[in-house]
Amino acid sequence: MSIATDTQIEFINISKSYDGKTMVLPNLNMSVRRGEFLTLLGPSGSGKTTCLMMLAGFETPTSGEIRVNGESVHNLPPQKRDMGMVFQNYALFPHMTVGRNLSFPLEVRGMAPDERARRVQRALEIVRLEGYGDRRPGQLSGGQQQRVAIARALVFEPGVVLMDEPLGALDRRLREQLQLEIRSIQRELGVTMVYVTHDQQEAMTLSDRIAVFNHGEIQQVAAPETLYEEPAREFVARFVGDNNLLRGTVRSVDGEICKVQVGEGLVEAFMVEPLEVGDQTVLAIRPERVVLSPSMEYSNTATAGIDDMVFLGDHLRVHVTIFDQPDFVVKIPNFIGQGGILPGDSVHIGWTTIDCRALPEENLNAA
Amino acid sequence: MALSLTDKRLRAALLAAPLVIFVAVTFLAPLALMLVRSVYEPAVADSIPATLNALAEWDGRDLPGEEIYRIAGMEFVALNAERRLGSVATRVNRLQSGMRSTMLGTARALGNDPPAGSWRDAMIAVDEDWADVSTWLAISRAGERITPRHYLNALDLDRGAVGEIVAQPEDRRIYVSLLVRTFGISAAITLISLMLAYPVAWLLAHAPPSRAGVLLLLVLVPFWTSLLVRTTSWIVLLQNQGVINDLLVVIGILAEEQRLAMIYNMTGTIIAMVHVLLPFMILPLYSIMRTIPPRHMQAAASLGASFWQSFRRVYWPQSLPGVAAGSLLVFIMSIGFYITPALVGGRTGQLISSMIAYHMEQSLNWGLAAALGAILLLLVVLLYLIYNRLVGIDRMRLG
Amino acid sequence: MRSELQTRHSARSEAESQNLPTLTSLTLALALAGISAAAGAQTLTLVSWGGSYGRSVERAWVEPFIEATGIEVQIEDYNGGLAQLRAQVETGNVFWDIVDMPTPDAVRGCDEGLLEFVAAGDLPVGADGAPAEKDYPPGTRSECAGGGIVSATIIAYNDELFPGEKPSTLEDYFDLERFPGRRGMRRVPVVNLEFALIADGVPLDAVYRTLDTDEGIARAFAKLDTIKDQIVFWEAGAQPPQMLADQEVVMTTAYNGRIFNAQILENQPFTIIWDGQVQETSGLVIALGTPRLDIAKRFIEFASSSESLAAISKYISYSPTRYSGNALVSTHLDTGIEMGPHMPAAERNMRRALNSDWFWWADNRDEMNERFSVWLSR
Repeated sequence: MSIATDTQIEFINISKSYDGKTMVLPNLNMSVRRGEFLTLLGPSGSGKTTCLMMLAGFETPTSGEIRVNGESVHNLPPQKRDMGMVFQNYALFPHMTVGRNLSFPLEVRGMAPDERARRVQRALEIVRLEGYGDRRPGQLSGGQQQRVAIARALVFEPGVVLMDEPLGALDRRLREQLQLEIRSIQRELGVTMVYVTHDQQEAMTLSDRIAVFNHGEIQQVAAPETLYEEPAREFVARFVGDNNLLRGTVRSVDGEICKVQVGEGLVEAFMVEPLEVGDQTVLAIRPERVVLSPSMEYSNTATAGIDDMVFLGDHLRVHVTIFDQPDFVVKIPNFIGQGGILPGDSVHIGWTTIDCRALPEENLNAA
Repeated sequence: MALSLTDKRLRAALLAAPLVIFVAVTFLAPLALMLVRSVYEPAVADSIPATLNALAEWDGRDLPGEEIYRIAGMEFVALNAERRLGSVATRVNRLQSGMRSTMLGTARALGNDPPAGSWRDAMIAVDEDWADVSTWLAISRAGERITPRHYLNALDLDRGAVGEIVAQPEDRRIYVSLLVRTFGISAAITLISLMLAYPVAWLLAHAPPSRAGVLLLLVLVPFWTSLLVRTTSWIVLLQNQGVINDLLVVIGILAEEQRLAMIYNMTGTIIAMVHVLLPFMILPLYSIMRTIPPRHMQAAASLGASFWQSFRRVYWPQSLPGVAAGSLLVFIMSIGFYITPALVGGRTGQLISSMIAYHMEQSLNWGLAAALGAILLLLVVLLYLIYNRLVGIDRMRLG
Repeated sequence: MRSELQTRHSARSEAESQNLPTLTSLTLALALAGISAAAGAQTLTLVSWGGSYGRSVERAWVEPFIEATGIEVQIEDYNGGLAQLRAQVETGNVFWDIVDMPTPDAVRGCDEGLLEFVAAGDLPVGADGAPAEKDYPPGTRSECAGGGIVSATIIAYNDELFPGEKPSTLEDYFDLERFPGRRGMRRVPVVNLEFALIADGVPLDAVYRTLDTDEGIARAFAKLDTIKDQIVFWEAGAQPPQMLADQEVVMTTAYNGRIFNAQILENQPFTIIWDGQVQETSGLVIALGTPRLDIAKRFIEFASSSESLAAISKYISYSPTRYSGNALVSTHLDTGIEMGPHMPAAERNMRRALNSDWFWWADNRDEMNERFSVWLSR
């Protein structure tokens, strides 16, 4: 099968429990394609780091099997898995210079000194730290240390690179800059990358695909655009980007379109999964897809009372009440002509059917 | 700015003052006193100035003339009347055994019955040692105010007839071999402690906090038990008819007549002292290991290193400051250890401390005790400097 | 008694003097010197050895003295040696008034001018009317000491280990063929050199004369060599009875009081060989320059009477040094047993006893100690 050759890593029916009672991961199935950048995204405690640690070999699955290149790695210790790992707090060896840190994986592989020096040099170039080889990690800034950690995970050309919240300790500006660097390095080298983060922005920036984790289960695996435009689960709709969520009951179904009763109003929505009349559903509507004073092609319209307005430079966030429910957000681009509304005013808003996704209702109390 | 800096310094000095004074009074002053005592011994010189003055002219080959006998004899008699001859005689006796009774006996006899004619004849009549050149040499040398004698003796050396340095007779050479043995045993104890303490400290440092707490308690319990009790327990365990030998015989590993000699020898000293000193190795190691993130070992493994490689290249170097601190602590403590070797050391497990204690408390030869102490101090300082070169003191941390 | 008391306590003190004794002793002396200034002028400080002997001193001497005179007496323990006393006298700050001291230390302290003279005329006449001068055996009292207690270093064995023939002489201690098994021995030259010569056939009165020659010393060490492999060396006085009880050794040198306690109070099957034992004496001395000289002298006078010396033997098996005191020895106060047969100075125990010549040892101890240490490590 052509897909099989494309697949590098497979998680097959993986479960994990630390104490024998609580399941951290009940039943996980996932695959990573060769050369792709896959991000495991989720809130803390959602099982994404456990997943990474099992892949690296530091944790053992309670049941199930992990395969790399079609072969089980169950009996392979971490050092034989050929995976470069970047840790949250870098885990650079403080007693070695940057150069020695980078040559460490090459030395334990018995590589000749001149070849080692060449590779270290190249790795330093990749992370733009030429000339820092003789420094100690303690003499570098946080961003520089993280670059060294990345270089160290790459220098021995592993088949897979794993990163566990590598940018968590850095400030935002540096984080964004390094995100771009990581992304370009990965694209350039074509290495398979499995990346763990709880920052959806970061996940969006970096990934070919994102696996969204919640409570040890994968909610959805998809490319960032798909995840944003077509969330399949309520959790994904909530976790990735802003969404207005309206709860209602399905009144009628017509092909992929349904009509949903939300309070007094009836809303037309696109069904992500087939729903029956009478089902409870959650409608997800992106704030930036809602318009003021809609024209005729907007199938859904409502009268909204403006509760509050927040000026955010490039746009306005307008909090309105529709169908007697407050906290419905409308995002209005900041261009000339969008003034003239004030809190307390009543306005007409509207959105299209395709921008209104009806998702099956989930119990998200614990989320 | 300048003023505030002075203020700060002043305040710092004031805060440190109690400790500085304490250290000066209880440590530096006795230390200085000890070093002075090892070379400076004015008691004899102050007591018999006339005799020493007369002996200064003497050539040291033939017996001195009548004049010297007379001066010395009269001075001894006079001193004895003031009860001051005893301490002089004790000191001369250290240079030549028997001089104590020779001097005291002669002074007593001549005091009761002053010679009418020749003092020389009278003194030789009381004790024929006075007809021996070495007697006068001993008195003249005991009269040196500043003397290298204690250091010579501490190194099993002495001065010959014309002041040349010679080795002590073979059956009196004890200090150098004891010093060597002390350093050897201390090194062995340090090494064994390190090997035993390292895995324990590892366990302590990386166990879950609840379990680590219990383990730490177990490590500290011995601290709360008297040293003597612990030493005695080792006797019960290790002696020939002790628990361990009994056990080995009962389960048939040893025959009755093959019982192991594990105590009252060097082995006993090492075992008991390792036990006593183990916490001093574990604690520095533990406090350093706690600062080494367990992630480092994982990182090394993910980079392809085997456990052994990870340990040797990544963990061990980072734990070195603790190894250095613990080893130095245990080594220096072993060198000065006294009670444990005294009780379980038997014939071959004694350390130099037993001789220092003997000269401090029994023979009152504080000069020799001080010289032995000073040599020990010097060796420890030397060792420390070498150690510092090898390990680097900036890398030695207690936590 | 010197050695017994000394070793018993040197063990205890170690915990405090783990480091260089040089430093601690000096520091301690300085520290104590400061504290002492506050002590009241009319409280007498008596320094003795603690333990069961110390309690017998308290019951036999101190309590009756307080009752008789109303003078307060404070008892302190020490570990032997002259170091602390010397520090006090040399700094002119004396707070130990009376010290219970082995005779050799008393002789040395007297020579060194650390102690007050105690004239024989100042000591009470014996219960039989004998003047003190004639009541002490020759060589047992320093010119600076009163009081007077005799102890002995003896050979003791564990009965259970000799079901057949039992050892009965000092020679048997050195006889590995007839009485095989390990021997306990204190790790010092004192007493052991004498034992070796006596067992080698040197008459008692020739022992120290023989030791005066190099050949004599060599002869003593040669005799010790014959059992060297079988010796288990001990340090503290409590060790030999324990070693016997644990059957770690079959025979050992020991202090007679220790073995007595094990026999009588713990019912151990030990036997003392009263043959060739070495007797040692101790006395009470006054530190030179004590501000409480008067009451110190009164205490010495009190404790030196035949009755006071004999009173010690109600609690522990040590003899009065004075002839007249020995006549008054009766029974053990706590168990009621007759003390006579257990006393070092009892006539039937004295048939072959050597009085330790501390004058010889004062001359030769340092050298013998070095030679003994060399012998040990050889």
